Amino acid sequence: MNEILRVEGLSKTFKLSRKQQQIERTDRKEIVAVDNLSFTANKGEIFGLLGPNGAGKTTTLRMLATLIAPDKGDAFVDGCSIVSQPEQVRAKIGFLTSELKLEDFFTPNYLFNFFSQLYGIAPEVIAQRKAKLFERFGIDRFAEVKVANLSTGMKQKTSLVISLVHDPDFIIFDEPTNGLDVLTARTVTDYLQELREQGKTIILSTHIFSLVEKLCDRVGVIIDGRMTACGVLEEVCNGMTMEDRFFEMYKAVKGGEE
Amino acid sequence: MKSNTLTIIKKEFARFFGDRQMLFTTVLLPGLLIYLIYSFMGMGIKKMVTEGANELVTLCVENLPASMAPIVDGIPATMTTQQPVSQEDIEKLEDKNLNVVLVRFPEAFDEKVATYDPQSGMAAPNVEIYYNSANNASSRVYHMLEASLSAYENRLSNRFDINRVDNVEAHFDMASQDDVLGSILSKLIPMLILMMLFSGVMSIAPSAIAGEKERGTIATLLVTPLRRNELALGKVVSLSGIALMSGISSFIGIALSLPKMIQADAEGMTLNYTFNDYLVILLIILATVLIMASAVSLLSALAKDVKNAGTMITPFMLVVVLCGLMPMFQSSTPESLTAYLIPFYNAVQVMTAVFAHEMKWMPVIVTLAANVVYTGVAVWVLTRMFNSEKVMFSK
Repeated sequence: MNEILRVEGLSKTFKLSRKQQQIERTDRKEIVAVDNLSFTANKGEIFGLLGPNGAGKTTTLRMLATLIAPDKGDAFVDGCSIVSQPEQVRAKIGFLTSELKLEDFFTPNYLFNFFSQLYGIAPEVIAQRKAKLFERFGIDRFAEVKVANLSTGMKQKTSLVISLVHDPDFIIFDEPTNGLDVLTARTVTDYLQELREQGKTIILSTHIFSLVEKLCDRVGVIIDGRMTACGVLEEVCNGMTMEDRFFEMYKAVKGGEE
Repeated sequence: MKSNTLTIIKKEFARFFGDRQMLFTTVLLPGLLIYLIYSFMGMGIKKMVTEGANELVTLCVENLPASMAPIVDGIPATMTTQQPVSQEDIEKLEDKNLNVVLVRFPEAFDEKVATYDPQSGMAAPNVEIYYNSANNASSRVYHMLEASLSAYENRLSNRFDINRVDNVEAHFDMASQDDVLGSILSKLIPMLILMMLFSGVMSIAPSAIAGEKERGTIATLLVTPLRRNELALGKVVSLSGIALMSGISSFIGIALSLPKMIQADAEGMTLNYTFNDYLVILLIILATVLIMASAVSLLSALAKDVKNAGTMITPFMLVVVLCGLMPMFQSSTPESLTAYLIPFYNAVQVMTAVFAHEMKWMPVIVTLAANVVYTGVAVWVLTRMFNSEKVMFSK
């Protein structure tokens, strides 16, 4: 398979403010969020980053999306470096996270056009893609309703569609079904599989074991910012369920601490 | 201009013009309010000045001396009666609706004045004038009487005069009406313009930058191929444009209402400025609003949320207000061109010079150039801030 993402020794440390030290109840002045992380993803696969809260999944994805810069290491998306070619990387990826919000004042229709223009897409292509995606997610019926008046599910669908305005080959989803009702979550997971069938590569982070088992071709397990296991799902699970295998690895790393 | 910058500008304008409430409160309301407030103030002042001018006042005089008869008769719109002034009459004056003034001269006033020796240490003959200051007509007559009696007293010991007017053509203040109006405007308008522009910037910039950080919408922009300098320039230009609209609205309000407020029409004064004067004012406003929007954008980008932005911008606003007040405490604009390198202060000084009919081109050019350079630097810094994860994503 063709490699589309290569991550090489990615590391990120955050300084802790006094306020954060108080919240975390620690004297440490910094925290290692991601520690020398390396993995690859191939074209047309869904790669899952699995780990508990605070493991470094979101930080890794934010570095891949060029929102934050790594302290060490680099990653290459379709040959473009996230360190030295962030604008080219951004043009190639779609990024969706619950942290990214849409402006309440605008309608899905306006936002689709606006973000399409930022990607330099021709007007006739915008119209075609919009028609297709809006129909696929049922956005047509609320296309002219301001985001402020949409339900959480509608907002998530709109965010998903907007992250795909430029039809990227490489898509990053951070906890894609977080906070969604079951119907919207199902719509999203179905669409991820459709994207894979179209030959797109998807990196998703999650702490939901069933989602990994259902969707992912390969998985990387992150604990305390380090890659504990990485490979084809069956190899990583080693004949166990994903959940059992994860806790086995977690105990090995943390020494029985849960 | 780069296309993505234009896309950002269009989005910010769409946000602004799509919100009727914001459009009304930011652009239409300031101009309308200024026009109404200044006009009402002008009407109030005019009413205070003219009210009672033609109302008949009963002037009751006790012991009217012969020397005073022509003075009392010369007070217009009065009906004079000579009668003793009782305590009861004085108490009746507490009714503010009574157009009455009571004057009590001492008996044999003229003789007492003629024989009075200031060196004797004795009390001088005293004239009592009772009136009600809440009644405009009564108050008018009191002030005329008081002025006439003071003038009479001065004449009694006259040794020399200053600017005595023997004919109506005599003018001692050689300032033209234009200069008088220019002097008033140059002290008031620059501060008002600065304040209006600042309130325009303040009403939108914190929400457009700190608000986007707070709501998480700026991160959505930052994951697109949009360059940070395009975003910074787009934000500054759009915010400047909106603030400029607010400033122009306020300026129109001021321009229409100020002559009413300062009673220029009553004094026969007219605004007499050339095309170049108006052009310079427009350019200075444009350059000022650019640097103002840049500075407020920088502070907003540093802030964690809109509330924090407001706290950070307040000290900056005080500095801008202080610059606006400068013309009130100075007799002329600075000669040194270096002074025109100081942002906001330079704009105030140039506007002051224009309104005072003392505009020179070099300070204008230095001010415009300095403000454009500072805006460029601010956009560069803002670009760096948009690139900084510490600034953009700090909690």
